[in-house]
Amino acid sequence: MSVAEQEIVSFDNVGLRYGTDREILSNVSFTLFPGRFYFLTGASGAGKTSLLRLLYLAQRPSRGAIRMFGTDVITLPRERLPAYRRRMGVVFQDFRLVDHLSAFDNVALPLRVSGVREADLQGPVADMLEWVGLAHRADARPATLSGGEQQRVAIARAVIGRPDMLVADEPTGNVDPEMALKLIRLFEALNRLGTTVVVATHDVHLLSKVPDSLIMRLDKGVLSDPTGALRYPPRRIGAGE
Amino acid sequence: MPQGGGLALANLADRARGELAGSATVQIVDPDPQSRSQQADAAATLLVQDPAVAGLAIVPPESVADLLEPWLGTDDPEQAVPLPALIDLRLRDGADAATLDRLRSLLADAAPAARIDAQAQWLAPVLDALSALGWMAFGLIGLLAFTSAAAVWLAARNALGGNRDTIEIVHLLGGSDAQIARIFQRSILADAVIGGALGLVIGMAAVWLMGAQFAALDSGLVSSGGLQGSDWLVLALVPVGAVALAVLTARFTVLASLRKML
Repeated sequence: MSVAEQEIVSFDNVGLRYGTDREILSNVSFTLFPGRFYFLTGASGAGKTSLLRLLYLAQRPSRGAIRMFGTDVITLPRERLPAYRRRMGVVFQDFRLVDHLSAFDNVALPLRVSGVREADLQGPVADMLEWVGLAHRADARPATLSGGEQQRVAIARAVIGRPDMLVADEPTGNVDPEMALKLIRLFEALNRLGTTVVVATHDVHLLSKVPDSLIMRLDKGVLSDPTGALRYPPRRIGAGE
Repeated sequence: MPQGGGLALANLADRARGELAGSATVQIVDPDPQSRSQQADAAATLLVQDPAVAGLAIVPPESVADLLEPWLGTDDPEQAVPLPALIDLRLRDGADAATLDRLRSLLADAAPAARIDAQAQWLAPVLDALSALGWMAFGLIGLLAFTSAAAVWLAARNALGGNRDTIEIVHLLGGSDAQIARIFQRSILADAVIGGALGLVIGMAAVWLMGAQFAALDSGLVSSGGLQGSDWLVLALVPVGAVALAVLTARFTVLASLRKML
């Protein structure tokens, strides 16, 4: 299997600017491999959310090339993008729950979008809510949930479809340290099942919680990769790669 | 309402035009009642033998007096003004100018006081006005369809604005444009079906009432403007068309808005 076939995402000299402003991201190049756990760090305003928006296909870059799941998504017709979005789970920084839907229906949304039958989604959604400790709030609307509860609903929604890649923007920002660790363990469990995980965080304490993780650091829109590890990651011991 | 009015006026104009197209009136304008009566009989005898004439009827003087009663009163009108003798003529192939000229020549000797006029000729302005009203009603239908589409477009845009976050979330979770458009179509469909059903009931009642009012006028011309069975079917299809228009407008509006997103 060639490296190109293995890679799940590759950015090549990607730049992003809004209008005529200076570039928010400059010459960003990296490769994400299947089954890896990545942290994206950087100070506020470093461009983490912008980079994630490119990753979850909310935006096209101003320049450069992006390949995902073996396809050039820059030139891909927009009608074909939903199929790629369905392969990803996204935890938005502001949760972005649908206000008029219950916690249960918010978590069920990706499955419904993918055409899963109602009878087949009841069990998995209930299990997922149980796992994030919100089974008793299944019927609650987002407005009645606390910030931490909303965040857990958002995470449950992102992982319910067992995505190939999970992209999370500050997923532990509104939860206590105990719940933050629990969520990271959930991401790790997903990662062990083969899901590539990308977590943007400014919480440096989290980085040490996942020993095999790779760290991407953004500084003023420039990605630092001094060792080239983001392009050619070290093999996992015992991973058989 | 405009649909019903348009159909009624179109029917009225068509029927009246059809009936009048082959009709002509022979007037014997002679002050001497005896001569007038003789000329009328002679003209009828000649005309009934003509191959172009399908049938004729001499209008009884009493009927002529009845027709003129509103203007001349109930006294013997002959005392006031001499009334013409009238022959109602139905022609086989229409009352064209050549046929009427030939019939005038035919009557020139036997009934020199006879005047032949096509009925369509003197009713032409009325029929033209009815046609114009019919077209105006259909124009109004077009205008209403346009304004309905514009209203649905605005409603869909408002709904889009109010649900922009939801749309974006569903979009980012991998929802296709068609899926998102379907959600809006269903919402607009429900509203349009309720509105269409209400409009149908009210419209049908209004058109029925209008027909009843026409019939009450007791005018042969106006009462023929009623609706036929097929017309009621067309009217019943109007809300179906309106619902389809609303759903399509909503779909195109939503799709156009979604195309602005990646």
